[in-house]
Amino acid sequence: MTPVAISAEPFQHKSGLPVRRIEPPHALVPLDLSELWEHRELLYFLLWREVKVRYKQTALGVVWALIQPFFTMVVFTVVFSRFGRVPSDGLPYPVFAFSALLPWQLFAFALTESSNSVVANQRLITKVYFPRLIIPLAAVLVGLADFSVGFGLLVALMAYYGTMPGAAVLTLPIWTLLAVATASAVGLWLSALNVRYRDVRYTVPFLVQLWMFATPVAYPLSVVPESWRPLYALNPMVGVIEGFRWALLGNGPAPGLAVAISAAVVLAILVSGLFYFRRTELTFADVV
Amino acid sequence: MSLVIRAHDLGKQYRIGTRERYGSLRDSVAKVLARPLFTRSSRASIEHGTIWALKHASFEVRDGEILGIIGRNGSGKSTLLKILSRITSPTTGCVDIAGRVGSLLEVGTGFHPELTGRENVIVNGAILGMKRQEIDRKFDEIVAFAGVESFIDTPVKHYSSGMQMRLAFAVAAHLQPNILLVDEVLAVGDAEFQRRCLSKMRDVSVEGRTVILVSHQMNQIRRLCESVMWLDGGEIRHVGPVGETIRRYEHAIAATGEAPGASTNFRRWDLADGGHTVTSLNRPVTIRAHVRLSEPVVGGHYGVTVYNSRDAVVAGWAFEPVALDAGSHILQITIPELPVQPGSYQVGFALFTGGNNLTGGHLVDKWTGVPPLTLDVPPLGHAQDIWAGVLNVPATFTMHSDSRTPELQPLI
Repeated sequence: MTPVAISAEPFQHKSGLPVRRIEPPHALVPLDLSELWEHRELLYFLLWREVKVRYKQTALGVVWALIQPFFTMVVFTVVFSRFGRVPSDGLPYPVFAFSALLPWQLFAFALTESSNSVVANQRLITKVYFPRLIIPLAAVLVGLADFSVGFGLLVALMAYYGTMPGAAVLTLPIWTLLAVATASAVGLWLSALNVRYRDVRYTVPFLVQLWMFATPVAYPLSVVPESWRPLYALNPMVGVIEGFRWALLGNGPAPGLAVAISAAVVLAILVSGLFYFRRTELTFADVV
Repeated sequence: MSLVIRAHDLGKQYRIGTRERYGSLRDSVAKVLARPLFTRSSRASIEHGTIWALKHASFEVRDGEILGIIGRNGSGKSTLLKILSRITSPTTGCVDIAGRVGSLLEVGTGFHPELTGRENVIVNGAILGMKRQEIDRKFDEIVAFAGVESFIDTPVKHYSSGMQMRLAFAVAAHLQPNILLVDEVLAVGDAEFQRRCLSKMRDVSVEGRTVILVSHQMNQIRRLCESVMWLDGGEIRHVGPVGETIRRYEHAIAATGEAPGASTNFRRWDLADGGHTVTSLNRPVTIRAHVRLSEPVVGGHYGVTVYNSRDAVVAGWAFEPVALDAGSHILQITIPELPVQPGSYQVGFALFTGGNNLTGGHLVDKWTGVPPLTLDVPPLGHAQDIWAGVLNVPATFTMHSDSRTPELQPLI
């Protein structure tokens, strides 16, 4: 064999094809979001695949996307409103609960799916290269399909109870985006950790359950003591749920502080999660 | 010919058993606690439980080259492909690669049983790195290549495994990256389809693309590659023209007396004179398989098959009953003559316990003999290979007008 001398620069290809250097990872792996953008079609197709197979061979099909939030709402109404006398800021409790359950279930589903996504796709990871970030992202975005179906039910419910949204309804995409971002941020951390520590799989359902009680889904923010609020708002889902209720049901002032804190927390988890994921993804194929 | 790949001192180190021991959080915590504070695990102790799957690999590949990679199981072939395709990152060294790399390390990656053939082609194509337009453009060609036109809108779970395989292959065969990495995947599928895939891949390199092919099938390597890299224990033993490299490799294997990735039971094979070459016509041929059994074989059967370089079965036999104790044995068959064309033949061996050659039974082991059987005999047929056929038998020729008795004239 011919010994090849190392050179600082990659060689030049005759017809000018880009030359990429593959080498051992550095301590800080760049995010390289442009590569993610180049693979957007793959993200789209993986998403499409997941949505397609989601309700295949089920008798009820997409109705499942309605059953879950609907019956949770019924149970909440009976348990919290009837038995527990939980206030709902003067709104009909079913609408009050459903307007929070919808984003909550989007978040809970997206978080659960993305946490397990990398491990679930281990065949893909050990056989083909593509930006690994696509996997948890696709898992998160699949949740939007159920969310849109559930949204139809929310509209019907609001019509039934005669609650009309105001102009604030235009801010809905922001809250949806914040819910998706929160799920992605935490999902990135957990999906990468799950590759090495399968404990994550058992932690997530438990985490989601506890998290819901730390979020004003079944009860209004107003029952939380004033002095606890700043701490409480560290939970980014507080901002999401409050934003949703405000946009749809329009009671009270815009939830400014809670949202600002939520957004800051999400951003911190998201950026650190991206870097952590990029750093560990290099060993996914070896460890998973 | 421009350079497309240049590797310098590539190496990949694995922790032994990493795959199995992804461990739980508790183990990690325990490990940290067990370690005295402030002493980081020393380099030496890291070295201890590790293995270099690939070491000091430096090489170059040029435009349009078809490079074969051969070596025993665990010699680093797949690791090298995984580094080149960026599935895993190297521990040492670096490699520069020009242009788009497509890898085919598994057939049908991402196939979903609930999706239709059409949907799977689209998703699988995207996973392998095709653009939407590219898939649309080649869709009909892919489906025709796989021969599944009438089932294209049926979920693939209703396909036979052969159909699934063909469809998956068809997608892969239509990949057009600058560099195509292929790992052993051609070992499956029927011979005719394999041949079409091979020729499709060859087209790829005619268009100036580069192919790197890992295979245990020396015949495939011979037919496809100009140059071959031989990996042994994670290191490059030789890179060179196909004939020479394969010869060295096979000599090395013959020297150790055991086959590469030798099956657990079949250790080696030879002819009655100890070699692997038949040199004379019209003589009995004895094929001996040396087997070592950990379990006895009861009421079994034994099969030997001879394949030509186009993977067609030239001759095959099955023998029963077979009763063997655990331990070493020689299974010997004798054929009065093997009147086939000169050249290289694969010999397949299979040993079953229970059943017979009609009912099957339970496979103990099967093995494609290494090195291949060589027939170094004078050709008796047509001078041009394509007209000489499979059999190597003499013919006599006469010419006569209808009244006279002809004189016999042997051709040779």
